[in-house]
Amino acid sequence: MSNKKETFGGTMLVVLAVCLVCSIIVAGAAVGLRPLQIANKALDKQQNILAVAGLETEKSIKEIFNSNIETKLVDLATGEFVTDVDATHYDQRLAARDPTQSIKLTNDQNIAKIGRRANLATVYLVSDDDGQLQRIILPIHGAGLWSTMYAFVAIKTDGNTIISLTYYDQGETPGLGGEIENPRWRALFQGKELFDANGKPAIKVVKGQAPANSKHEIDGLSGATLTSVGVEHTFTFWLGKQGFGPFLTKVREGALNNG
Amino acid sequence: MAKSSELREILTSPVVSNNPIALQILGVCSALAVTTTLENAVVMTLAVLFVTAFSNMFISMIRNYIPNSVRIIVQMAIIASLVIVVDQVLKAYAYGLSKQLSVYIGLIITNCIVMGRAEAFAMKNKPFPSFMDGVGNGLGYGFILVIVGGIRELFGAGALFGIEILPLTSNGGWYQSNGLLLLPPSAFFIIGGIIWVIRIVRPDQVEPKE
Repeated sequence: MSNKKETFGGTMLVVLAVCLVCSIIVAGAAVGLRPLQIANKALDKQQNILAVAGLETEKSIKEIFNSNIETKLVDLATGEFVTDVDATHYDQRLAARDPTQSIKLTNDQNIAKIGRRANLATVYLVSDDDGQLQRIILPIHGAGLWSTMYAFVAIKTDGNTIISLTYYDQGETPGLGGEIENPRWRALFQGKELFDANGKPAIKVVKGQAPANSKHEIDGLSGATLTSVGVEHTFTFWLGKQGFGPFLTKVREGALNNG
Repeated sequence: MAKSSELREILTSPVVSNNPIALQILGVCSALAVTTTLENAVVMTLAVLFVTAFSNMFISMIRNYIPNSVRIIVQMAIIASLVIVVDQVLKAYAYGLSKQLSVYIGLIITNCIVMGRAEAFAMKNKPFPSFMDGVGNGLGYGFILVIVGGIRELFGAGALFGIEILPLTSNGGWYQSNGLLLLPPSAFFIIGGIIWVIRIVRPDQVEPKE
């Protein structure tokens, strides 16, 4: 071997060549695979929405989305639907980071510890094959012990009764807090009522076993107190004034049945 | 070209007798993080195997051109590129898995095994033996990962590959799962146990007393 490779020019040449080749490979992989990745992401989300929507048909995910599920945007401050923004391409997580499209929550408001909240929220209206509105799916999220936990909750058109809950993105301890994804635990939410007689958010995750016949209480996850508290706070926030409160009040008054 | 017996030695010795985790104590950090389920352990193994094998091969191919003064950076650039490619491929073809493994795929870049083998073996050997050395070390890494992942998933979650084997009490069965096994420290105990067993079988691995 010669000593040429140790000169300044030789070193630069090798480094540049390696960088060039590497960047071409990386860029090629990233650009070439991007369409597949975006499709995967969208499919993953739609699958979770369908799981909570309780639609069991032979149709493909895309077809069901076209025929039975309507994506709408709600202005959280007023509770009214917004029509001048394209709902299917709206990204709520991105909007929550944009100061013009979101608000910063004060310490009192920041119950779910999410810091910022987008002004507009996506909701999914699920109808049966006859076009009759069956359930409303609300995306909610809040901080657990380690991570932000994202969920969809499906409620009846009375705006009060939970049909199902799905946690689809969370980074809690597997086997402990991660059990929020366990179907047995999630099934406990079925039939619970979101609000008490005074219209206040009432979902509580209690330590140990919730009393039988309780309308609002759910068994806590053993070994995952902070995650359980996070779930409760997520509900408290998203049912409250800063969350879907105004929208759900309108729903309870029958806004969706008349329109 | 090296003889086939030498190649076999290069390929198999890292699995037990010169295991990267058990003897060289490299790559332990990721072994703690991704072994909660067997499936994660297997995918992580494949990813690391791919990266060590090909980074060893490419680095060996250009080893005579790499200036000594910047060799670590050149190695890093090649390793990092391969890791990014693996990450992108997983995101495109195994989205669910890539979501679970999340940052740990990216962290293969800092896995000491990859860098260690590039520096210790690929810089001094021909491309094909280097490739086999990478495969062997990937297998050695995977060997430990799969054992640890199997034990942790079986006794921590009562399942293997997500299929229920021991019915959990939380699902109406009889097995009370061991929550500790799902937390990272448990992997320390298991890896420690494995090292102990290997050194009982092969006393030559025991370090001399200082």
